[in-house]
Amino acid sequence: MAQISAIPIVDATPELARKLDGIWTSGSGVLGWLSSVDHKSIGIRYIVTAFIFLLMGGVEALIMRVQLARPDQHFLTPEQYNEFFTMHGVSMIFWYASPILSGISNYIWPLLLGSRDMAFPRLNALSYWIYLFSGIFLYASFAAGVAPDAGWFNYVPYASMDYNPGINIDVYSLALILLGISTTVGAVNFIVTLLRTRAPGMSINRLPIMVWGTLTASVGNVLAVPAVSLAFFLLWLDRRFGTHFYDVPTGGQPLLWQHLFWMFGHPWVYAIVLPAMGIVSDALPVFCRRPLFGYTVVALSTVLTMVIGFGVWVHHMFATGLPNIGMSFFSAASFVIVIPSAVAVFAWTATIALGRPRMTTAFLFFASFIVMFVIGGVSGFMTAAVPVDWQLTDTYFIVAHIHYVLIGINVFPVIGGIYYWFPKMTGRMLSERLGKWCFWLTFIGFNVAFLPMHLTGLRGMPRRIYTYGPDFGWNTLNMISSIGAFVLAIGILLFLVDVAISLRRGARAVDNPWDAPTLEWAVPSPPPDYNFVVIPKVASRHPLWEDRLGETGERSLLNRGWALDDGRETLATTSIDAEPDAILKMPEDSFAPLILAISLSGLFVAMLAQTVGGGVLALCVGFIAMLTWLWPERVTFRPVEESHG
Amino acid sequence: MADAIVLRPDRGSVSDDLKKSSGWWGMLFLVATEAAVFAYLLFSYYYMAIENHSVWPSSAPSMTLALPNTIILLVSSVTVWWADRQYIAGRMTEAMGCLAASVGLGVVFFGMQLIEWHNKTFTLASDPYGSLYFTITGFHMAHIVVGLVIMATLILWLALGHLSDRRNSAVSIAAIYWHFVDAVWLTVFFTFYITPYLS
Amino acid sequence: MNALLRKLGKCGFRLFLASVLAGLGSAAGVAAPPLGYLQSFGSKADSILNLTWGLLIISILVVVVMTALVLWAIFRSRDVSKDERGLENIESSKRSVHVFEFGLGLTMLILIGCVAWTMVTLAAIDHPHEKPAFTLEITGQQWWWKIRYLSDQPSQIFTTANEFHVPVGVPIKIKLRSKDVIHSFWVPALTGKTDLIPGQINTTWLEADKPGVYSGQCAEYCGAQHAHMGLRLIAESADKFEAWRKDQLKSASEPAASNAKAGLVVFESRCAGCHAVRGTSAGGAYGPDLSHLMTRATLADGTIPNKGGYLAGWIADPQHIKPGSRMPRVALSGEELQAVTAYLRTLR
Repeated sequence: MAQISAIPIVDATPELARKLDGIWTSGSGVLGWLSSVDHKSIGIRYIVTAFIFLLMGGVEALIMRVQLARPDQHFLTPEQYNEFFTMHGVSMIFWYASPILSGISNYIWPLLLGSRDMAFPRLNALSYWIYLFSGIFLYASFAAGVAPDAGWFNYVPYASMDYNPGINIDVYSLALILLGISTTVGAVNFIVTLLRTRAPGMSINRLPIMVWGTLTASVGNVLAVPAVSLAFFLLWLDRRFGTHFYDVPTGGQPLLWQHLFWMFGHPWVYAIVLPAMGIVSDALPVFCRRPLFGYTVVALSTVLTMVIGFGVWVHHMFATGLPNIGMSFFSAASFVIVIPSAVAVFAWTATIALGRPRMTTAFLFFASFIVMFVIGGVSGFMTAAVPVDWQLTDTYFIVAHIHYVLIGINVFPVIGGIYYWFPKMTGRMLSERLGKWCFWLTFIGFNVAFLPMHLTGLRGMPRRIYTYGPDFGWNTLNMISSIGAFVLAIGILLFLVDVAISLRRGARAVDNPWDAPTLEWAVPSPPPDYNFVVIPKVASRHPLWEDRLGETGERSLLNRGWALDDGRETLATTSIDAEPDAILKMPEDSFAPLILAISLSGLFVAMLAQTVGGGVLALCVGFIAMLTWLWPERVTFRPVEESHG
Repeated sequence: MADAIVLRPDRGSVSDDLKKSSGWWGMLFLVATEAAVFAYLLFSYYYMAIENHSVWPSSAPSMTLALPNTIILLVSSVTVWWADRQYIAGRMTEAMGCLAASVGLGVVFFGMQLIEWHNKTFTLASDPYGSLYFTITGFHMAHIVVGLVIMATLILWLALGHLSDRRNSAVSIAAIYWHFVDAVWLTVFFTFYITPYLS
Repeated sequence: MNALLRKLGKCGFRLFLASVLAGLGSAAGVAAPPLGYLQSFGSKADSILNLTWGLLIISILVVVVMTALVLWAIFRSRDVSKDERGLENIESSKRSVHVFEFGLGLTMLILIGCVAWTMVTLAAIDHPHEKPAFTLEITGQQWWWKIRYLSDQPSQIFTTANEFHVPVGVPIKIKLRSKDVIHSFWVPALTGKTDLIPGQINTTWLEADKPGVYSGQCAEYCGAQHAHMGLRLIAESADKFEAWRKDQLKSASEPAASNAKAGLVVFESRCAGCHAVRGTSAGGAYGPDLSHLMTRATLADGTIPNKGGYLAGWIADPQHIKPGSRMPRVALSGEELQAVTAYLRTLR
C-alpha cells in the first residue's frame, strides 16, 4: 500500500537490534515480572501453571487408582472419593487442558506470524492473572475441605441447595465463571491478533495449522463459554437467592442445566484438542522432512470439526428420555463429525509415508498420537449410535474414551510440542536420551492404564463409584489400570526431570536445531524481547525451506524489512491477504492488568461470602484499574516522514 | 489497546481507519460473546416456557412502561450515532452534547425499568417466570449501566481534550456497544412482551 | 536402531491384537460378568447387542488397519541415498491423492451405513412387539429403588424394593420417576439406560427370554452411595412368577415366637416412621417396604447379603456399612435388636 512506502526499508543490523532491545525489554526484578506484557513471558507462565494443575489432577487420579485397584477398599470415604473425582476432572479439563494450549499459542503465535506481540498485550497479561487467581480460588476449597463433589458436569438437582448445602458447589460455580472471563478475553486476543498482526504476505492459506487450530478454538470459545458461565450463574442464583431455574417442585427444569452445560461442553472438548492437533500438523512434517500432506483439507477440517461440534451436544443426553426424532438428528451429526477427523488422520499418515521420518522424541509423541487419536475416535464413534450409547454411557468405556482423546490428543502433542519448541524458548536442547525413556514409559503406562478400561466398561463397571464388590469381574482389570497409571506418572515425572536438568545443563540450541520451515526458527534461541529485528515479508507456507522446496519463485524476505522502531510498534495487515495496513503502537509494561485481575477475584470472593461491601470495593478498584488502562495518551500526530526519516 | 496511527496526513476516508483499530475488532468480539450470553438466556426462557406451558403466565405483561421505554432506548441509539458523526466531523462540543443526551435517555430508561420492576406482583424468587424475568432484564440493566459509565467517561475525556479528531475510534467503538445493548433490548422485549400474543 | 524399533513395533502390535481378542472373549464368554452387556437375554437387548458388535468390530478393524498403516509409514524401506539435510520431493503423486480419496470415501460409506443401522435399531426397540404384560412404576431415590407393580384392580397393586420378578417371554413396561436427584435405570443384559429425572416420567420396557437372575445398577452419579444402588431382576416361568406375585400380595402374618412378637412391638414403635409392613400398623413410606424382606437376596440394596448376622449388623449401625445412607443409627438395646431381627426374619 502506498503509504507504507513512506517508512524506509532497512537491513537487520546489530545497531537496530540494540535499539529495539532498549525499547522492548521488560523491567527487571519482581516488579518487572509483575508488570510485563511480553507474550513470551506470559506464555511460559501459562505453561508452568497449567503443568502444576496437571500434576495436582494427576495426584488426585493416582489416589483414586489406589482405592480402585482392589475391590471394597475404604481408605477414602465416599465423600472424599467424590471430591477427588470431581476435582480431578475439573482440574484437568478446565485448569490444565485449555490453558496449556493458550500458553503454547501465546508464546509461539507472534513468532509464527512474524509479529512483535499479540494484538492486546495487556489483555494477555490480564487473562493469565485471572486464570491463576481462579485456580487458587478453586483449590482453596480443597484445602478447606469443601471441594465440589458433584462431578465436573455438576448435574442438578444433586448440585442444588437441597442435596448439596455446603459452599462446595458455590466455589466451583464462581471459580469457573471467573476462569471463563480469562478464557473469553484470551480468545478475543487470539482472534484479533490473527486478523490484524500477521507479517505481510502471510495470507490466510499460508498460516500454520496450529494457528488455524487455536483460531477455531477461540471462535468456538467466544460463542460457547457464555453457556457454561450462565449455567453456573443461574445455579448460584438458585442456591443463594432462591430462584427457580432448576429446582423441580416449583417448575424448574433439571434438563435446562444439561442443555446449557453441554451446549458449552461439546464445543469445549474440540477447543481443547484442535490447537494440539495443529501442533502435530505443523511439527510432525518437520521430522518427516517434507511439508504437510493436504494442508488445505486439514485447515478446512479443523474449522468444519468445530462448526459441526456445535450441533452434537445432545449426544451427552441420550439416556434422558428425549424424543427419538431429536436424538436421531444428533446421532447422525455425531457420526458425520468423524469425517473431518478422518481427513486429518489420513493427512498425517500420508505425511509420514511420503516423508523421511527422523525418530526424535518429538516424532515419537506425534506418531503415537495418531494411533491414540484413532482409538479415542472409534470409541467415540461407537457412542454416536443412540442404542449402543445406552449401554456404553456412564461406564468405564467412556472413561477410556475420554482419556484416549484427552491424553492422546492433548497431552501427547503438548509434550511433543515442548520437545520441539523448548530449544527456541530456552536456548537449550532437552535430552533425547531421557526423552526416549520418558516417551516409552508414558506411552506404555498410558496404554496399560486405559486400553483395558474399554473392557472394564464393556463388563459393566459404572463411572464414579468409590468402590466395587469382588464378584463383578472387574478386579484384575482395575489392578492393571492402576499399575499403568503409576507407570504413566513416572513417565511424566521423567519429563519434568528432563526439563529441570536441561534448563541448566542442556546442550546449547542454535536458531534452527530441527531445520524447520516456519518463521520462529529465523530468530535466535531464545528470541529477543522484540522477536524480529525487522518485520519479515512472507512468500510461502515454508519461508525457511523455500530454496530447497522449489514450490515458488518468490522468496520470503527475512533480513530486510520495516524497522518500526519508534517506540514499541508492530505492523497491522489486512485479514485475508495480509497486506500492510497500519502501524500499531504497542503498550508499555503496566500493572493495570494485575490490579484488575485482583479486583475481579476480590469481587468473586465477595460473591462467595455474600458481602456487598466487599463487592462494591472490588468493583471500584477494578473500575479505577480499567480507567488507568484505557486512559488515552496525549499523542501528537507526526507525519510519517518526520518520525521515520 | 494498540492505537493505529494514520499514515497519510491527507487521508480523507475515516471509516477505513476505524477498521485499522484493534479496539474496534476487540469490541466486535466482545459484542459477539455478550450476544451469546443473551442468546442462552433467551433459550432458557423459551425452554422453560415450553416445558411449563401449563403454568406459564398466559397474558403478556403490560406494555405501558415497556413500550415508551423501548422507544427511549431507540432514540438514545440515534443520539449516540449522531454523537459519533459529530465527533468524526471534528465538532467536539456537539459530540459531547449528543453523548450527554444519550446518557440522559439511558438514565430515564433505567429509572422507568426500576419502576416497572417495583410494580411487578412477582419477585425473583416467586417462580421460574419471575426468576427469568428479573434475571434477563437484570442482565440487560447491568449492560445499560456499563454503557452509561462508558459514555460518561467519553464525555470526561472529550471535555479534557484527550480525544483529538485523529483519535477517532473511541466514540465509534463505544457506539457499537451501545447499539448492541439496544438490539438486545429489542430481543428481550420481543420475548417477554410480544411472544405471549403469538402462542 | 530402526530395525530394533521395527521389531518392537511388530511385537507390540501383535500383543495388542491378542489382548484385545482375549479381552473381548472374556467379556462375552460363558462366565460373563453380571453387569456386562456383550451378552443379551431379551429381544430389546439383542437388537442393541447386534449393533454394538457391529460397531465394535468396525472399530477394532479401523484401529488395526490404521496402526498397521502408521507403522508401515514409519518403517517402510526408503532409498537411503538422500542427503540428511535434504527435503523430500513434495510433488504429491496422483497415486497418493487417490489413496487419500479412497480412504475418505470408504470412511463416509461406513459412516452412512452406521447411521442407517442405528436408525433402524432405534425404531425397532422403541416399542415392544406385543402389548406389555403389566407396568412397573419404579421410583429411584438416594440410594434404593421403590418398585410398584401396577394393575387396573387396586387390590392387585403391591410394592417392593430393589429386587423384583418378571415372567419370561413377555414385555414389561416400566415408568420411571425420581424422588430426589437424577438416577438411571440399567439392567445391562436386558435393556440400555434410561434416566430417572425428578419432575418427569420416563418410560422404558424390557423383556427377558431366559429364566435367570439379572443384575442392574444405577447409572447416573447420584451422591455418596451411588456405588451401592444396584438392582436384582429375577426372570422366571409364568407359573413361578404368578406364585411369587400372589405371595407378595399377602400381608405379613402375626409372628408366633415370643421373641418375634416383642420384635413386632419394637418395629411398630421405632421403625414404622420410615418402613411399611402390610398387615401391621407400620406404614412409613420413606424407606423400603419390608413386607417380604426375607425373599430378597441382599440388604441395603446390594451392599450386603441377606443372611447370617448381616441383618442385625445393618440395623445396629447402617452408617458403618453404607456411610451417608438415609437410614440413621437407631439406638436399640441389645435385647431390642435381637427381637426386631427375629421379627424381620419372619417376613417371607
